[in-house]
Amino acid sequence: MTSPKTELAVAALRNGTVIDHIPSEAVFAVVKILGLESATTAVTIGCRLQSAKLGTKGIIKVADVEYDADTLNRIALIAPNAVLNIIRDYEVVEKRPVRLPDVVEGIVRCDNPKCITNHEPMRTRFDVVERDPVVIRCRYCNHSVCGADARIK
Amino acid sequence: MNPNSLVSIADIDKEQILGLLERARYFEEHPNSRMLDGKVVATLFFEPSTRTRLSFETAVNRLGGRVIGFSDPGTSSSSKGETLKDTIKMVSNYADLIVMRHYLEGAARYATEVTDVPVINAGDGANQHPSQTMLDLYSIYKTQGRITDLTVTMVGDLKYGRTVHSLLMALKYFRPRFNFVAAPELAMPAEYEEFCRREGIPFTKTTDFSPEIIADSDIIYMTRVQRERFTDPMEYERVKDRYTLHNAMLDVSKPNCRVLHPLPRVNEIDVDVDDNPKAYYFEQARNGLYARQAIITRALGIDPLNVEK
Repeated sequence: MTSPKTELAVAALRNGTVIDHIPSEAVFAVVKILGLESATTAVTIGCRLQSAKLGTKGIIKVADVEYDADTLNRIALIAPNAVLNIIRDYEVVEKRPVRLPDVVEGIVRCDNPKCITNHEPMRTRFDVVERDPVVIRCRYCNHSVCGADARIK
Repeated sequence: MNPNSLVSIADIDKEQILGLLERARYFEEHPNSRMLDGKVVATLFFEPSTRTRLSFETAVNRLGGRVIGFSDPGTSSSSKGETLKDTIKMVSNYADLIVMRHYLEGAARYATEVTDVPVINAGDGANQHPSQTMLDLYSIYKTQGRITDLTVTMVGDLKYGRTVHSLLMALKYFRPRFNFVAAPELAMPAEYEEFCRREGIPFTKTTDFSPEIIADSDIIYMTRVQRERFTDPMEYERVKDRYTLHNAMLDVSKPNCRVLHPLPRVNEIDVDVDDNPKAYYFEQARNGLYARQAIITRALGIDPLNVEK
């Protein structure tokens, strides 16, 4: 008699990317940043799963897609402890934490209503000025915001 | 992006600041020349600012350059919904230099990214106004004969006043000491106090504009306390006169002490100070001409000491 596999709440993946240890509240922002609404392969989204590390966590599995580091590092702003697993033929062939780049481009909306980025058709650019906790500063108007409070476009 | 653009005083280092001060001194001695002969400078004022515009346009005219532009966004194509990028691109076809004022913060930085013509920021909302900072620095340099090791007392609105923030940051190279005098509502923001600590700059903060503070100062930098900054109008009425400078208060000041103010003044400096030789705010405004001539020639890559006069 086998014991019930309570921890395997989400089906295993044959090929693709698994993003683990996402804070539950950030899961849908990650979905947005990665553009998963328009994904063409199977996407599994888990939210508020039990986690020893985080209490609850989110997990996202995307079949048959391996994201490049730049794309995935964009989620580091809201999911700083996320871990990426590249899966090939059910095996984890690569496992690494996300890393926040020095410049966050095009994903955060500036909080300052008088910032030029909220009035022109242009990309936003934020410099990461502190990493723990994350603080980013608008390249244009110099307003700073905590990473956790950043508004995703 | 043109490397000679000037968007923020924080973009230039100590050597460049000293270079601009030397240039400003040169232009004070030689305000009129043909250095900008054949050059066209665009002054794009998306927000009206007569004082700043006249100062920049005078600077160009006295160097023999020509000015194009607009002083009121109502008369420009931005009122038809043209993007800033398109306006800058269009003007870049005509002008050798763009001087711009905009009501949105970061507008000048963005402009530098869409053109190879140098851009001078003449104020972007509450953000940066580097030519004001240069004229403040030049006024300090000129009145004190040096810019290092001075005690600068900043009074009034230290929370929202962008001129005090920029001046504070620019002085970091020159071993200043600061006294911050303001009501709690308008105190120097924590990030600038932190900046001073990080840079090893000594400062005091007080709500009391006392004789001791005045006696300690080489420069008293006054700013306007605006009624609309207060959530409680009663609080404004209570504090407004506490930060007004009267002539008698300067009796204890050092002989070299000078009173600066970015203007316009309302009631924070009593008119009885105006005739005191230590009152420097009107000459300060004139220094804006020389400081802007310095910034303009730097932006155009013209060295005033090496051109035919």
